[in-house]
Amino acid sequence: MSADPSIPPAALSGEVSLPEQLADVEPVRSVRTPIRLEYDFIPGSASSGYLNAFADRKILGQRSPVDGAVFVPPRGVDPRHGAATPDYVELPDTGHVGGFCVTRLPIPGRDDLEIPYVSAWIHLDGADIGFLGLVAGIDTSEVRMGMRVRAVWKPDDELGRTAENILYWEPTGEPDIPVTAAGTNAWHAKQAAAGEQG
Amino acid sequence: MRDIAVVSVAQHQEKALTHTTEVELMVPIINEARGAVGLTQDDIGFTCSGSSDFLAGQAFSFVHTLDAVGAVPPISESHVEMDGAWALYEAWVKLQIGGVDTALVYSYGKSSPGSLRDVLSTQLDPYYLGPLWPDAFSLAALQARIMLESGAVSEQRLAEIAVRSLNGATNNPLAVRSSAEATAESVLAEVPLADPLRPSDCAASADGGVAVVLAAGDRARELCERPAWIRGIDHRIDPHQPGVRDLTRAPSAQMAAARAGASADRLDAAELAAPFTTQEHILEIELGLRNGTAINANGGALAGHTMMAAGLMRIADAARQIHDERADRVLGHAASGLYLQQNLVCVMEGE
Repeated sequence: MSADPSIPPAALSGEVSLPEQLADVEPVRSVRTPIRLEYDFIPGSASSGYLNAFADRKILGQRSPVDGAVFVPPRGVDPRHGAATPDYVELPDTGHVGGFCVTRLPIPGRDDLEIPYVSAWIHLDGADIGFLGLVAGIDTSEVRMGMRVRAVWKPDDELGRTAENILYWEPTGEPDIPVTAAGTNAWHAKQAAAGEQG
Repeated sequence: MRDIAVVSVAQHQEKALTHTTEVELMVPIINEARGAVGLTQDDIGFTCSGSSDFLAGQAFSFVHTLDAVGAVPPISESHVEMDGAWALYEAWVKLQIGGVDTALVYSYGKSSPGSLRDVLSTQLDPYYLGPLWPDAFSLAALQARIMLESGAVSEQRLAEIAVRSLNGATNNPLAVRSSAEATAESVLAEVPLADPLRPSDCAASADGGVAVVLAAGDRARELCERPAWIRGIDHRIDPHQPGVRDLTRAPSAQMAAARAGASADRLDAAELAAPFTTQEHILEIELGLRNGTAINANGGALAGHTMMAAGLMRIADAARQIHDERADRVLGHAASGLYLQQNLVCVMEGE
């Protein structure tokens, strides 16, 4: 053992020269190193409750113990406060479009999606954040922030423990929610209203 | 230099977290560490974490875990794709710079969803070793063979290190492998896992997480009856390519220990994050540990090795011995990379 670890090993201090037989060989210009690793995804406690409930046509959120805000899908935590959210809340399958995007290009591997299609943040009645869903049953040019929607479910005999049970969201025909109280504005509008009452 | 101390620690570890996400794991741990000293996130000046996307199989996985912290309103925060001990080092530097007096450091690892021995191969160079996909145990076995054949260690000594861990872990609720009955003879009778390494030579893989609160100067004295003052902390690195290294040694560990002042005084306890008995043996020598220093009294990393957290857990274990007045001067060690390529040494004292 060398006494001084700051002195590099002998292998690092010599001159580097190629052996004779490698003098004229074609230089290596690239190397392919494929990587493949497999994982078993674990949804965890909160998401398991959420996914299991879908089999019964139920949408579950979780309520913040700090200020009662309802999160869907539930993650087991109020991310604003780092507080655990053990209490589930059953939510209706109605809400409004908080924001949306019209996609006119196909996605590889999703031949089932007919273009153009609308992906939207669906803000369920009683929830304080939105979650992603498809909006259909309406011309794409008619979709708007604040539009009321309800879930269109798969037939009961096709229900599984998956959010894919909801085929898409369709307009209810009810009057729109004002844009100032729709989507991410909803929480702030609710807080302001609570403040006025208080 | 400012006086900076570990004032609170919390950790959890089990064999496999099959029903818990990283976020769900860390919420109670982080709240316990902060809550024990009466702090909320609003009182924390800097937050730093350590974890690996290769364990989660997901890019930017650490961003999800920030949900466990409570990052609203926005916090001053950083992340290292390393063991949490290096996150602690970053937080220590931040506290040295000044402007903040408290820091939250946490790390976690859940290797059970994948194959850790294969995931670890991704840390090899992509040209020579990577394409061979050697698994972690086979690589460690090469080192063990070199050590045995060169006389750097004996099989008997390796078995004794395994027994020290197995016996010590019997009183440790966070250990995932322990045995009160294990003897060198019983360990030597085990069928090798990757010859010459036996199962008890290889750390028992675990899932878990750890959180630590740091505080500077009088703030530390306010928060904690007996802070674990960081008297020296240093980390060093050896070459990445094992072909240019003497695999019976870890010069970076020796250098880190020297710069952290490990041998300046008697050490009551040392907590080492070695994933193999061979490497625990190397560390004992490189860190200059002498008789009278209790090494991995609770089984250490061999009794439960949470990837990305094993090092910060050792620092937490060492600090707790100061908090509990079981020790006056302790050493916490963390390692990263193949064959103890990187080493961090943290020396802590009570007042």
